[in-house]
Amino acid sequence: MDVIELSWWQLALAASMVVVLAGCTAVMRLGMSRSLLIAALRTVVQLALIGLVLEALFAAERLVWVSLMAVAMLLIAGREVMARQKRRLKGGWAFGIGTLSMFLSSFTVTVLTLTVIIGPDPWYRPQYAIPLLGMMLGNTMTGVALALDRLTDTAWQQRAVIESRLMLGQSWQEAIGDIRREAMRSGLMPMINAMAAAGVVSLPGMMTGQILAGSPPALAVKYQILVMFTITLGTGFGTLAAVAAGSRRLFDSRERLRLDRLAVPG
Amino acid sequence: MQPTLLRLERLTVGELEAVDLNVSPGDIVCLSGASGSGKSRLLRAVADLEPHGGEVWLAGQAQSTIPAHRWRRQVMLVPAESQWWSDRVGEHFSDGVEDGDLAALGFEREVMSWQVGRLSTGEKQRLSLLRAVSREPRVLLLDEPTANLDDATRDRVENWLASRIESRGWPTLWVAHDKGQIVRVANRHLRIEGSRLLVQEAAWT
Repeated sequence: MDVIELSWWQLALAASMVVVLAGCTAVMRLGMSRSLLIAALRTVVQLALIGLVLEALFAAERLVWVSLMAVAMLLIAGREVMARQKRRLKGGWAFGIGTLSMFLSSFTVTVLTLTVIIGPDPWYRPQYAIPLLGMMLGNTMTGVALALDRLTDTAWQQRAVIESRLMLGQSWQEAIGDIRREAMRSGLMPMINAMAAAGVVSLPGMMTGQILAGSPPALAVKYQILVMFTITLGTGFGTLAAVAAGSRRLFDSRERLRLDRLAVPG
Repeated sequence: MQPTLLRLERLTVGELEAVDLNVSPGDIVCLSGASGSGKSRLLRAVADLEPHGGEVWLAGQAQSTIPAHRWRRQVMLVPAESQWWSDRVGEHFSDGVEDGDLAALGFEREVMSWQVGRLSTGEKQRLSLLRAVSREPRVLLLDEPTANLDDATRDRVENWLASRIESRGWPTLWVAHDKGQIVRVANRHLRIEGSRLLVQEAAWT
């Protein structure tokens, strides 16, 4: 079965309906129409550009270009993690911890999945490597950003409690233990929810895409399970690393809570 | 065992510069000074909760040579405002607590199963003192320990603290505002003026 071709005028039809929605919110004075239209425009421009990049990348099929693309994606994700935190660690630590933990988890799991499980030839074949890494990074980024934001914000709000526990002679790990658990939880919850609801409440996007593109559902399901597991691994280990490094950075060598290392929200 | 002498050596924190102070076992040194003069910060520096210059010695051992949480386990700071993180009072008392101590502060054993949210400010303050003392530290740093208590309870807490400090031989720094209290409990009284600690003679009382 071939995929039915989509032409630009058919997309324009969908776009005009988004404009109608924006018009409705404008009439009702909900103040959403502007950001809605800008976001829709960004989708078109960004996806069109990435389409061009992917076309070139697939045609070239060179490890250098694939790696460059992967690094660019990682750095943008790192920037996004930093931007999503209300009270981020100062001095590049927010970017550094976020980026490093995403690198460690997403890259390792993606490379392992490609070489050991899927096994395309060559292993870095862009049709497999880039979408897989993209899904990994996108989800890991959400997990890491949520967890770090929760960690630093809760530590800020509960600074008196943390210090009180330090005064009673607890180690820094004990004093921030509850907050670390909460941060881990908020980082992993979206993925746990997604796995629990998969196929019952929601049909995952990748599987839907594969079925639309003509894959037999049984194969699409197998790929979806694989992808959900790898995403969970990436998110889990990434969040783990980020929470461990982030909470350590909140204390100095004398186990003092150092909230002066957090930026004031602007 | 060496006597638990607490020695501050050229301790510098905030406005305070190069404070030298010896506190003998069982001695209560009261600290006073205008609000914002750095009394609390001085206590925090002694407990190593705040970056500071100089060194603090306890029984010949330097603060910087032992892990920070073990230092704080011995040099116990009780802040003016107590904090509670678990639901029930008893969950905060890891080392258990004596019935005699509970009674001395006007509580019964069942207070341990109370919800923290039920406690009044004064009850929290007394229980936070009990929580710190029940861990058997070697030094006490008290930041206005009776600020939220009525007169009768205040006397009770003062007596309990003073007798405990004497029997255990804990060197104690006690931040106090009330002149009457200073007269009652202090072996020495120091006042923070600008960057220095001034010795206050007992004569003015």
